Amino acid sequence: MTNSTSQAEIVRQSLKRRYRKERRFRAYGITAIALAITALVVLFSDIISKGHTGFLKTTVTLEVTFDPEIMYLEDATDPAQIRNADYLAPLMAALKREFPEVSGRSGERALKGLLNSYSSSEVKDLVVANPAVMGTTQTLTFVASDDVDVFVKHRDDSSYSLKLTEEQQAWTLALMERGVIDTSFNDVFFTHGDSRDPGHAGVLGAIVGSLLTMAVTLLLSFPIGVAAAIYLEEFAPQNRLTDFIEVNINNLAAVPSIIFGLLGLAIFINLFGMPRSVPVVGGLVLMLMTLPTIIISSRAAIKSVPPSIREAAEGIGASKMQVVLHHVLPLAMPGMLTGSIIGMAQALGETAPLLLIGMVAFIVDVPDGFFSSATVLPVQIFLWAGSPELGFIERASAAIMVLLTFLISMNALAIWLRKRLERRW
Amino acid sequence: MIKLKTAFASLAVAGTLAAVSTPTLARDTINIVGSSTVYPFATVVAEHFGRDTDFPTPKLESTGSGGGLKLFCAGIGTQHPDITNASRRMKASEFELCQTNGVEEIVEVQIGSDGIVLASSQEAENLNVSLQQLFLALAKEVPNPNGSEELVANPYNNWSDIDASLPNTAIRVMGPPPTSGTRDAFNELALEGGCKTFSWIKAIKDEDKNAYKAICHSVREDGAFVEAGENDNLIVQKLTADHSAYGIFGYSFLEENSGTLQAATVAGFEPTMDNISAGDYPLARSLWFYVKKAHVGVVPGIAEYVAEFASEGAWGDNGYLADVGLIPLDRADRMAAAERAAALETMTGDEL
Repeated sequence: MTNSTSQAEIVRQSLKRRYRKERRFRAYGITAIALAITALVVLFSDIISKGHTGFLKTTVTLEVTFDPEIMYLEDATDPAQIRNADYLAPLMAALKREFPEVSGRSGERALKGLLNSYSSSEVKDLVVANPAVMGTTQTLTFVASDDVDVFVKHRDDSSYSLKLTEEQQAWTLALMERGVIDTSFNDVFFTHGDSRDPGHAGVLGAIVGSLLTMAVTLLLSFPIGVAAAIYLEEFAPQNRLTDFIEVNINNLAAVPSIIFGLLGLAIFINLFGMPRSVPVVGGLVLMLMTLPTIIISSRAAIKSVPPSIREAAEGIGASKMQVVLHHVLPLAMPGMLTGSIIGMAQALGETAPLLLIGMVAFIVDVPDGFFSSATVLPVQIFLWAGSPELGFIERASAAIMVLLTFLISMNALAIWLRKRLERRW
Repeated sequence: MIKLKTAFASLAVAGTLAAVSTPTLARDTINIVGSSTVYPFATVVAEHFGRDTDFPTPKLESTGSGGGLKLFCAGIGTQHPDITNASRRMKASEFELCQTNGVEEIVEVQIGSDGIVLASSQEAENLNVSLQQLFLALAKEVPNPNGSEELVANPYNNWSDIDASLPNTAIRVMGPPPTSGTRDAFNELALEGGCKTFSWIKAIKDEDKNAYKAICHSVREDGAFVEAGENDNLIVQKLTADHSAYGIFGYSFLEENSGTLQAATVAGFEPTMDNISAGDYPLARSLWFYVKKAHVGVVPGIAEYVAEFASEGAWGDNGYLADVGLIPLDRADRMAAAERAAALETMTGDEL
């Protein structure tokens, strides 16, 4: 008796300590989650606070008179005249109407600093496309120069170095008041490829490049991965060789991605002579990288199909092939798709292997096929982050937001698929 | 099992087809590789070229000068690049490599110079240093301060320890890692430049070149020199936040951030466009590009691209490259270079 009471006593005495231990353990867990969330919030708020202005563009809207005299362009269909015409003159004339007091070469040069250096070639394109415009007056909107863009958006931010002179700043403020300089949604960012002028730089080229690369990766890695998983799981005999293969697939999943880039450079480019910087090679390299992920997740999905399904199918006379194709595969498909989407999301964010196969390049034209030069989104971010122009700081962050949107929607799709199609046994 | 076999076989065939059925395609886009220092200038030219002509915009890869020349010299054919940029002149060994691989006719064009600056926040005390002082501040081992001819681990903590005229702040300099061309140039121009002012160290060069290089090119590892990564923007950002540090990067980044940064005077000269162009500022290097003449006419637009680069509107004193920080050549040199480029005059190998 005395023995049992003393034991109860011991338990009672230790109870407080055990509860305390449990509370402490929970607190550790909550701290860990709080730290993770804080890190995430800091990351996101930094990116969003830096990048949200990247979705705005600064524009200059001018009443441009296409005066043949000042442009030295009497006949807008004559190639020789088109080549030698002055397309900046009508823009300068329109700006000088805003500031009649500006005169002299240095004053004009300062005024010219408000305009983007590509504005004159935009005027040229317009004239060449539509010669009838000569002699008329049009209201045209141009992207402002990088310096004006930075001033308009960040004039109160001390971390930005303003390059406009005080005179130019005063002009810009006056033009903002008159509505000539304005900010609006940055459609250029979504409709153009790369450019060295931040105002003309866009992510479309990188998005298309990413899509083309991902298409190659998906078309090759999904069938090969699923076929490998089915064979290993359903048909392969259990012996040393298959054990060896399994170990190596797991090893492959842990190989640093840059190694796959080296492999791609050695095999696809040096041995097969495929061109550098093309989505096909990028897709092949990323295929090698995602294959282990897809095989492993597909095997797990096949394993989770209960044996009773197989036995029932076999019981009514289905062949091994029919069991797999009619019953196991459809039931395992949601798990396989989830694994593949996560593998693809990983591949979408990959930069290192693409460095070696030449996809880190300045490419202005939007790629139009699997064999045209392309970059991908993470590479575009890398390139912009290293550019000296201040306008690229916000555009790099804006591109990160675009990339994150893709990644989040892919992961959301994976969760939705799992919830929607998964069957519980 | 037979069906499965055919399935596997067809997969394998599909895989190989995808891999093999890509002959060396005829290319209509100019491929350019090479130096990351020239990259910001060449990309601007490429974009102007793409906008103002009917040719597609050239593709530019930033591979570093050495990597670019290696790719460039690998052979003739559209799978190899047409043009390579370099932040130094081609070496004789690289010219040999080109010759053995059949790249015999090479056109060399010098485009201008780039300065390396030692900059700080405008809040900081600006430096006015000689090359010798820079070497003493940043080398791993320096001559013993007592004057004897032996090397000791760098004892200087503050700039003022080196010379009383320098600010009394701790030596902290952020610079690029050894993989960077800027670092190579800095080691060669600044550290070696200061190093060889000690005549007894210079004497080592004749006896043992490697020992001399080890002395003159080793940067201290005790925290006074911080390797801040290849990204020059990162160094700029750190400088604006940390007013006691100095940073090493290319002139174009100084130009872009002239509102917040100031540059140190080195060996009596400020890094201005005039001083760099005249060759007075010691930390300057020349920039080049090389054209494969065998590709002219095969890949459309190469001659026109070279002409665009060598036009006054691009590399002239008021050209658009000056706006992004290129330091132009003298007008006479420029004109001569443009003429040689237009004639596609090839190198003989003797000029190197």
